[in-house]
Amino acid sequence: MAASLTAAQPSRSEASLARLETVLQLLRSKTFIAGNVVVLWWIFWALTGSRFTPHDPLAQNPLEILKGPGAGHWFGTDQAGRDVLSRVLAGARDTLEVAPLATLIGVVGGTTIGLVMGYFGGLVDEGLGRVIDAFLALPLIVIAVTALVAVGHSKWTLIVVIGAVFSPIIGRTVRAAVLGERQLEYVQAAKLRGEKPPYIMFVEILPNVVGPIIVEGTVRLGYAIFAVAGLTFLGFGVQPPAPDWSLQISDNYALLNASNYEWTVLFPGLAIASVVVAVNLIADGLQQVLDR
Amino acid sequence: MTPSEAVLTHEHSAAHALELEDLEVVYRVRGRDRQVLRGVTLNVRRGEAYGLVGESGCGKSTAALAVVQYLPRNGRVSGGRISIDGRDVLSRSRGELRTLRANDVSMVYQNPGTALNPSIRVGRQVAEVFTVRGVARGEAVERAIDALKLVQIADPGSVMNRYPHQLSGGMQQRVVIAMALAKDPALLILDEPTTGLDATVEAEVLDLVAGLQAQLQTSVLFISHNLGVIAKMCARVGVLYAGRLVEEGTVDAVLQDPRHPYTVGLLRCIPRGGRRKDHGRLDTIAGFLPNLGEALPGCVFAARCGLAQDVCHTEEPPPHVLGGGHVSRCHFHERAQTLPREEAANLALPAIDRAREPLLRFEQLGKVFQQHGHSIHALTDVSAAVWPGETLGLVGESGSGKTTLARTLLGIIEPTTGGVTLDGRELRPRLARRTAQEVRDLQIVFQNPDSALNRRHTVSRILRRALRKLSGLSGAAAEARMLELMHSVRLAERYVSARPGQLSGGLKQRLAIARAFAGEPKLVVCDEPTSALDVSVQAAILNLLVELQAQRGVAYLFISHDLGVVRYVSDRIAVLYLGRLMELGPAEVVFDGPHHPYTEALLSAVPTIDGGGRDRIRLSGEIPSAASPPSGCVFHTRCPRKVGPVCEETEPPLTVVEEGHLMRCHIPLEELRGLQRGKEVVPA
Amino acid sequence: MSRFLLKRFGLAVITLFLLSVIVFAASQLLPGNLGRNILGPFASRQDVAQYNHAHGVDRPVVDQYWTWISHFVRGNLGQSLQYNVSVGSLLGPSLVNSLKLAALAFVLVVPISILGGVVAALRRGRATDRVITVVGLSLTSIPEFVTAIVFIVIFGVLLKWLPVGAAWPTGAGFFTQIKHLLLPSFALVAVLFGYIARITRAGMIEALDADYARTAYLKGLPAARVIFRHVLRNALLPTIAVIATQTGYLIGGLLVIEKLFNYNGIGQRIYVAAQNKDFTMLQSGVMIVGLVYLSATLVADILYSVLNPRIRYGGAD
Repeated sequence: MAASLTAAQPSRSEASLARLETVLQLLRSKTFIAGNVVVLWWIFWALTGSRFTPHDPLAQNPLEILKGPGAGHWFGTDQAGRDVLSRVLAGARDTLEVAPLATLIGVVGGTTIGLVMGYFGGLVDEGLGRVIDAFLALPLIVIAVTALVAVGHSKWTLIVVIGAVFSPIIGRTVRAAVLGERQLEYVQAAKLRGEKPPYIMFVEILPNVVGPIIVEGTVRLGYAIFAVAGLTFLGFGVQPPAPDWSLQISDNYALLNASNYEWTVLFPGLAIASVVVAVNLIADGLQQVLDR
Repeated sequence: MTPSEAVLTHEHSAAHALELEDLEVVYRVRGRDRQVLRGVTLNVRRGEAYGLVGESGCGKSTAALAVVQYLPRNGRVSGGRISIDGRDVLSRSRGELRTLRANDVSMVYQNPGTALNPSIRVGRQVAEVFTVRGVARGEAVERAIDALKLVQIADPGSVMNRYPHQLSGGMQQRVVIAMALAKDPALLILDEPTTGLDATVEAEVLDLVAGLQAQLQTSVLFISHNLGVIAKMCARVGVLYAGRLVEEGTVDAVLQDPRHPYTVGLLRCIPRGGRRKDHGRLDTIAGFLPNLGEALPGCVFAARCGLAQDVCHTEEPPPHVLGGGHVSRCHFHERAQTLPREEAANLALPAIDRAREPLLRFEQLGKVFQQHGHSIHALTDVSAAVWPGETLGLVGESGSGKTTLARTLLGIIEPTTGGVTLDGRELRPRLARRTAQEVRDLQIVFQNPDSALNRRHTVSRILRRALRKLSGLSGAAAEARMLELMHSVRLAERYVSARPGQLSGGLKQRLAIARAFAGEPKLVVCDEPTSALDVSVQAAILNLLVELQAQRGVAYLFISHDLGVVRYVSDRIAVLYLGRLMELGPAEVVFDGPHHPYTEALLSAVPTIDGGGRDRIRLSGEIPSAASPPSGCVFHTRCPRKVGPVCEETEPPLTVVEEGHLMRCHIPLEELRGLQRGKEVVPA
Repeated sequence: MSRFLLKRFGLAVITLFLLSVIVFAASQLLPGNLGRNILGPFASRQDVAQYNHAHGVDRPVVDQYWTWISHFVRGNLGQSLQYNVSVGSLLGPSLVNSLKLAALAFVLVVPISILGGVVAALRRGRATDRVITVVGLSLTSIPEFVTAIVFIVIFGVLLKWLPVGAAWPTGAGFFTQIKHLLLPSFALVAVLFGYIARITRAGMIEALDADYARTAYLKGLPAARVIFRHVLRNALLPTIAVIATQTGYLIGGLLVIEKLFNYNGIGQRIYVAAQNKDFTMLQSGVMIVGLVYLSATLVADILYSVLNPRIRYGGAD
């Protein structure tokens, strides 16, 4: 059937039609749209900060400590009497700053690692592969904690450390895709007209593995949020009194042992969940369309 | 059913093994139903082998899958009737369908390696055919052994205990056939059962199936793209085009006296009967297959037919019955054979002067790969030369070293021993060390244009980059040269900004050829350049290659498993077996004989359209592993003309047996002539 | 097969060596001056030098590495800088605790997620599949402490079915321990479910689409028999590797969960060591986590080769 599908008379407009069809397919994907709506919502709040929040997220009010959700404070107040709703709305900023930048570093690093390993193969692949295996024998959070303790923590080290940990992970995915491409004869054809390895890697092979890289990048963005949240929860991210979601949870969860102040942790938790799920819905949509 | 269609089923009776009546199948693609089978009506009589032939995308496999009710998830039967052994298939419940599959119908498909479960022992898989029908386990095992014996597996006990990956391709296909025949089905469907197998193995499997079919009187639906195979295996044949059966009849009638322009065209595209490039161009079928599910109000072939009149585009031709069960769906069936031929363009092929220095010479080339601690001798002491403007054909089965040889010459692989000279100068073994001039002189056209072209790059980008690297051209000069190149490979200018995915297989291969010619190469390796293409496209590509040779005096190293194709394009032929050169000589001499016993076996393994009851020599046994090649003559383990212990003990040298004809055999040429006399081996 | 396993074992040893170098470098070299770090900025230079000498960190790097690794191999993990007792005596019980939690999570997640993946594949493209896939994906990507908080609020705070803390009273019996571990393991199950189910689903779909599955169906075998005998075994091979790679996370990635539930596991130890710059403890803890992970992958390799005849009987080139 394939032959008859491709036998059509092509033209320039058909090339752009194909691209248009990809976009249309994405727009038809409910999960992709839903994911984007949620992410855009949080990007809006991240950009505007406390400008539109009902209360100042940092304003303490000793008279209204740990009030349950109700009129005036829809999500209740925390142990310093701060408005939980305002803190939740304003709490998106750091996560949405750190996670994408870290992912970007990971994608760039991973793509380079993957191209080099997959293209050269042999000893280069074996050697780098061993180091990566050794590295990844450790859970992400353990590497990150160790590294952050070793180099001292700040927002930028957090970004670089997560990006560095992601590079080999993304690198493995890219490598697998490159290995598949390297067997194809267009690579040999390039060698046979005297192309140098960087040209073959970046001009010939890279465009053919962009699909998997985009999908992997989006999936990683979800994990980056996961990691940032975890590290912030452990105290390696932004510091109090910033209205960060993870920070709100680590500040207040101890209260659960004593009494029912669940709103202090539940709403920030749901906020994190909504972002991560949204990012993964986008990734899922992309995967459905790009991995055909 | 229209009255005329009733004619196609005129022998309507419950006795038929398979009846398809007006079968329509649609695939749902991007939310729309696309018709794949357009009212196919055919019968397979009891005990008969019926061939269904057609090019890729014509719907032949879809028909088979519809019969066993195993269409892809997006496919469904949208109309018509299927019955096996007089019993309706489409109205069956799941359970009834299972009973049908367990008892009445079997199917064998291409690629036996994937048809068997990799993690279950062969014996258990065969025995399952019996246990599913309620046979006790012990008895099932016994019967499985019998089934394996039936397909001439010498040591069924040990095969039963093995896993599929431990068997060779030919053996795997025997096991699959054994499973299919074990239940003595009312209908056996064979869907390209030997495509992908080596020629000698294919011959063996086909002989086996033909023998069993005659012996067991099995009713067979045999699906193939290869007319030769159909001619050998079947009594009647149906020709499928764009989901419609355009012609049907006895094999003799259809192949010798075709009455549909498509069949006529198909038969003409195939290089056969000793046709050579200096005899003129091959006929082709112009145009493209219709798109999947395209609405075709008239004759499905009208758009590509040289005889088409207005009526062909508007009115669907009824089945014309020509007697003897020969049916053609063509308005002008009586004129089908007057289909215009390709005009015999005057090709001035380059004169080859073998007194001159050869263009490319390789001496004592050897290559040993190390794999899992084994030394694989992929190439041993291969020497030959190619002169400017000539085509050296390279023939051999898998593992013979054809591709290794080509890659070594190109510098992709470094040889273990020996060297290559180009125009008298030694070539560096590694591509990266070769000069720009040497790189541009040697180019390649790969088998599969899908993987040989970067699917993200446009035609213009692909060609301009090649021009820049190989000819140093850029800017307007490159643009002009690119259009010239496209013109010379007949790739229309409107494709400049298309990507390979938007081109048909034939156009893709034209683009790949244009790229190879960007630097005016002196020698182009053609590695099975047409084997991924349909025969009608193949003919056009072969014409193009020959034309380019005539215009530019380029030399080809032409690798192919299709002997008809090799004979058409080659001036000289080299035959490889297990990495050794067995025979080398002018194409006519090698094909007409006397030839090396291996060449003889290769030639007689090819099923030909012209048929004929000539003597065949058959090879048995497996191709030995290159990791442990046999002692003495490497061919002795399978050689039907083995003379004695000398074959096992000493490797015969490659000797000149007559002018320009080299052979590696202990049997003297005259003796071979005597042995092979009277057996006119007509190559495909 | 022995050849395959030997090779795998050899590679694991090399990986282990590289891991030890990485861990050593990260925890011993990166922090710079150990004495200054521990004694603080006001200690005299002499005291710092003395401290460094006492801990041997003024010796050549290769020398230090050799001392550390040779001691480590013999089970001597050194003195904790923070507690001044042997690291082994602290890490041992923590490791046991972590293994208990991991084992429970493992027992829960493996059958559930394989079942989920198989069902999703069999109902491919239908509602059941979409629900399993999207719910799995979501659970996998939500940080474990968030899911844990939700579970705590529901089962611990509102319903009061399960204890909120993971630490059980001393001398508690098997079932009490399990009861305490259920909430944290639920959170782990949530994280791993989607991941394992997704791989299982992909493997199943590939096997269901394979020619051999068609052969089996066309033999007239009932669907259940095709799935159990022909499809599952081939489909689950990739799942084994994925489960093994998740073991590392189950053992050492629990920093967050262990902190949240205040559970004395190895993750908690690593976290505390990191906070207090207890480098000997950190080093050993991290090394043990890597060791467990590599052992798990080795076990997976063995399992894989036993289940895959192409490796068991060679010739899978």
